[in-house]
Amino acid sequence: MEILKPAVAGTLESSDAQVSVEPGQGIDLELSSSVMNQYGRQIKATVLETLERLDVKNVRITVVDKGALDCTLKARVECAVFRSCGQSAANIPWGGAVR
Amino acid sequence: MIHRPKPERFRLRRTMMFMNAQKPGLIKDAYIYGCDSIMLDLEDAVAENQKDAARFSLYHALTTIDYGDTEVIVRINGLDTPHWQEDIRVCVAGRADGIRIAKCESARDVKTVEAAVEAAEREFGVEVGRTLLMAALESPKGILNAYEICSASDRMFGVAISGGDFRKCMQTTFQPDGVDMLAARGQMLLAARAAGIQCFDTVFTDLDDSEGFEAEVRQNKAMGFDGKSLINPKQIRLVHQVFAPTEKEVRQAEKIVRAFREQSAAGVGVFTVDGKMIDVAFVPGAERTIKLAKACGMYKGDL
Repeated sequence: MEILKPAVAGTLESSDAQVSVEPGQGIDLELSSSVMNQYGRQIKATVLETLERLDVKNVRITVVDKGALDCTLKARVECAVFRSCGQSAANIPWGGAVR
Repeated sequence: MIHRPKPERFRLRRTMMFMNAQKPGLIKDAYIYGCDSIMLDLEDAVAENQKDAARFSLYHALTTIDYGDTEVIVRINGLDTPHWQEDIRVCVAGRADGIRIAKCESARDVKTVEAAVEAAEREFGVEVGRTLLMAALESPKGILNAYEICSASDRMFGVAISGGDFRKCMQTTFQPDGVDMLAARGQMLLAARAAGIQCFDTVFTDLDDSEGFEAEVRQNKAMGFDGKSLINPKQIRLVHQVFAPTEKEVRQAEKIVRAFREQSAAGVGVFTVDGKMIDVAFVPGAERTIKLAKACGMYKGDL
C-alpha cells in the first residue's frame, strides 16, 4: 500500500498506542514507549512486520506506545495505514493482509 | 489465531457486560470478571470518527485474546448507518459468537442482517449458520413487532430491550417500580417465550444506587428474564446471586429429573414427587435449574 496522506490512529491512554504515518522514503520508524527497555525490540518488530504484511515500502511512521499489547499495536498501525489511503471504512481484507 | 468453539445457541446468559471495542485497556482482560457473555460495542460507545479504528481493534481482540468460556457478542451499528455491513464482515471474519442487532424493528431487519452474515460466512470460509444473532428492541415499533422479530431466523438466540431509547420514545423516565417499561418488558417476554428464545433486560445505569439495582434484578427474575445487560463488572455478582436457584429448588429439580428418567423407562407418564404431580412438562424447567445450579457451583452431581 502507498501512504498518500498523513493519518493517525490510536490514543495516548494506558494500554494503547498512537501511530502516525506520512509519506516518506523507505521505512523510517520513530518509536517511544513507556516500556522501551523491556519491550522496545518486540514493539519495533511488530510494527515492521505489520507494515510488511500491508506491503508498505515507503513511510515515515511515529509510534508513541503506552504499554499496548501486540494485537493493539497491529490494529493501530493497520488503521493508520488504511486511513492514509482513504480505505479504512470498508472492504478490509480481514484474515488476509490484516491478521 | 485463537480457535473459538462453535457457539451454543441456548446457553446460560445471566450477565452480558458491555465493553467499548475501541478501548484496548478494557477488552484485553474482559473475561476475568466472570460474566457469562461480553458485548463488545461498535455502536454508541464508539465515536463516529473512530468506527474504522474500533473494527481493527475488534478483529485482533477476537483473533488473539482467549476469552475462555465467556461468550463474545458484538453490538453492530444500526441498519440506518453506513457502518453495519463492514461491522458484520469483521465479526464473522473474527469468529465472534454472535451479533446484536441494534434498533431492530421488524423481521425484515433480522433477515437483512442474516443475509449479510451468510454472505460474510461464505467470503471468510466460516461454516454457514455458525454466527448467532440477537436483537435489541429500542422503540415501540420494535416491541409491537417482537414476535415476528424473535421468530425471524434460526440464528436468533435472544432478544433484549434497550431502556434508554425506549423510555425516550415513550416520553417517560426511569421509575423505581418498573412501571415505565412494564408493558414493554411483558410483551417482549411473551414474544420470546412464544418463539422459544431467550430474553434479556436493559442496563441499570446508576452505579451508586445498589438498592434500586437489586430491586430491578429481583423483578427481572420474577418476570422470567434469562439475564440482564450490564455496564460495570461490579454488577455481575448480584445478578448471579439473584438468578441462582435455591437449595430447595435444586434438590427438587434433581428428584424430578431422576424420577422422570426412571418412570418413563418403566412406561409411566405421570407420577408424583413429594406429593406433587409431575409429568413431562416439568422436565425442561428442572433441567434448566440443574444447569443454572452447575454454573453457580451449587450442583456437583452426575445429572
